[in-house]
Amino acid sequence: MNNKNLKYITLPWRDNNPITVQVLGICSCLAVTAQLKPAVFMAVSVTAVTVLSNLIISLLRNTIPPRIRIIVQLVVVSTLVVLVDQVLKAYFFDVSKQLSVFVGLIITNCIVMGRLEAFAMHNPPLPSVCDGLGNGLGYSFILILLGFTRELLGNGTLWGYPVTERLHDIGYENNGLMLMPPMALILIGLLIWIINSRKA
Amino acid sequence: MSKPLRHFIDKIKPAFDEGGRFAALQSTFEAFETFAYTPNTVTKHGSHIRDAIDMKRAMIIVVIALIPALLFGMWNIGYQHYTAYVLPVDTGTTDFFWQCFGFGLLRMLPMIAVSYIVGLTIEFAFAQIRHHEVNEGYLVTGLLIPMIMPPTVPLWQLALAVAFAVVVGKEVFGGTGMNFMNPALLARAFLFFAYPSHMSGDKVWTAAKAWGTDAVTGATPLAELKANAVNIQSMQYSLGDLFWGIMPGSCCETSTAAILVGAILLLVTGIASWRIMAGVVLGGGAIALLFNLIGLNSYMQVPFYYHYLLGGFMFGAVFMATDPVTAPQTNPGRWIYALLTGALAILLRVVNPAYPEGMMLSILLMNCFAPLIDHCVIAVNIKKRSRRATNKQ
Repeated sequence: MNNKNLKYITLPWRDNNPITVQVLGICSCLAVTAQLKPAVFMAVSVTAVTVLSNLIISLLRNTIPPRIRIIVQLVVVSTLVVLVDQVLKAYFFDVSKQLSVFVGLIITNCIVMGRLEAFAMHNPPLPSVCDGLGNGLGYSFILILLGFTRELLGNGTLWGYPVTERLHDIGYENNGLMLMPPMALILIGLLIWIINSRKA
Repeated sequence: MSKPLRHFIDKIKPAFDEGGRFAALQSTFEAFETFAYTPNTVTKHGSHIRDAIDMKRAMIIVVIALIPALLFGMWNIGYQHYTAYVLPVDTGTTDFFWQCFGFGLLRMLPMIAVSYIVGLTIEFAFAQIRHHEVNEGYLVTGLLIPMIMPPTVPLWQLALAVAFAVVVGKEVFGGTGMNFMNPALLARAFLFFAYPSHMSGDKVWTAAKAWGTDAVTGATPLAELKANAVNIQSMQYSLGDLFWGIMPGSCCETSTAAILVGAILLLVTGIASWRIMAGVVLGGGAIALLFNLIGLNSYMQVPFYYHYLLGGFMFGAVFMATDPVTAPQTNPGRWIYALLTGALAILLRVVNPAYPEGMMLSILLMNCFAPLIDHCVIAVNIKKRSRRATNKQ
């Protein structure tokens, strides 16, 4: 793997993060990050879909007629999402129930379509896979960060295990607002603020 | 008295100028200098007409207008405590008056101190980092926040709410004058959604001790109306009690009488818009009368003048909805905004089963719409004038 491909993987972590810089995929980011566990599963699912769809579309890129490319991309993405959904249902039923429609909605996640349109349609398979992996990881990073913060402060647990029990004895309380989607939006806003001011 | 102070300020001033030893603290110095003295800066070009009153003077008038409600609130906290907790008491004596007042003072002072310390620290820090002047907006916000909290709110939650309101409500948008939501109400809304058990229900309105968060059970009249479907006239509070504010509630929102004193000061000095105050009262009254006509349950039958006296309606109408930053700037816009604020507050109170009080949410909601209302009013005006101009030709 050369330097350029490595860069495709690392660039979306901070400088071109799909959530904090491109501001894509916000919907799922607000919906599934109330707890860490679904956030992690969502992150893995989306990463798998971006990597595989980028690979498939990149392989097909010279045979897809430009006029119907969106439909072709949608077919590929939906197939992959259905596969992910089936895997979750088969092996992680409780998480699958928690994520409910949001697994299906990966199809509409702008990050997936965005990478296909912007990258996989014009690049060979290996860089496309790297790009998909990078963007998936960038998305995962923010998702897991939010899931961690929201579950810890909102519910006092991590991955379902209580962590802040001792603090409750001295008057600490869980912040109910953290569990509501608006707070996730505010947290993303603050994150973008921090990133932008560090860049400036 | 003032000469040595002026002399001292002039003496230390160079240290804070550019290149001085404390240049980094310039805006902090500037804030204290202009706090003590009206700045002697003059306009160099452009318009030379300046209002004699600047933001610091305007803000201090609002603070003065808040004092009657604040003092009454302090007494009421104590009164509610003693009547609920150490019965029977001889409520008529002067001693008892001062006892109540002292108890309330002990509860309120830490809240006010926390609010100012946390809020001003953040404001000064932001001003310093951005090389701005420190704005005075927080002088009023910092006093309003403890005034609209339940008397038993834990201080660390108050501090968190203040930090949230100042950072997310104000500084991210560029500080005083740039915020689109009332920061004091945002602080309350933050706690309302984050820690509902400390902000609603019947266990937060009457403090059990001078320190700490223990409380005695005692519902606010609004909550009682909602929960028990009682007839308002048959409740233990007389119309006089409600008007003077002798009932459990948020610290300083209960007394309509004390709030009206502040309202008169604000109206006489022209700091607050009379249109907004009148609009909120009219809008709320109209929707309450409408509910009287429907009259399906005892809550809908509550006469409109009771609605004015209950909960935070008057406090919101006088001190919150009139916030010049978050209210519309055009006069027709102010009417629309105020009528809807009042109407929504009563609508939320009567119809929504989850919240006994609707003033906070209705003002915050209308704050969001204020720029849109202004935009529409201006667009209509432009259209009208252009039609007039083209007709004449």
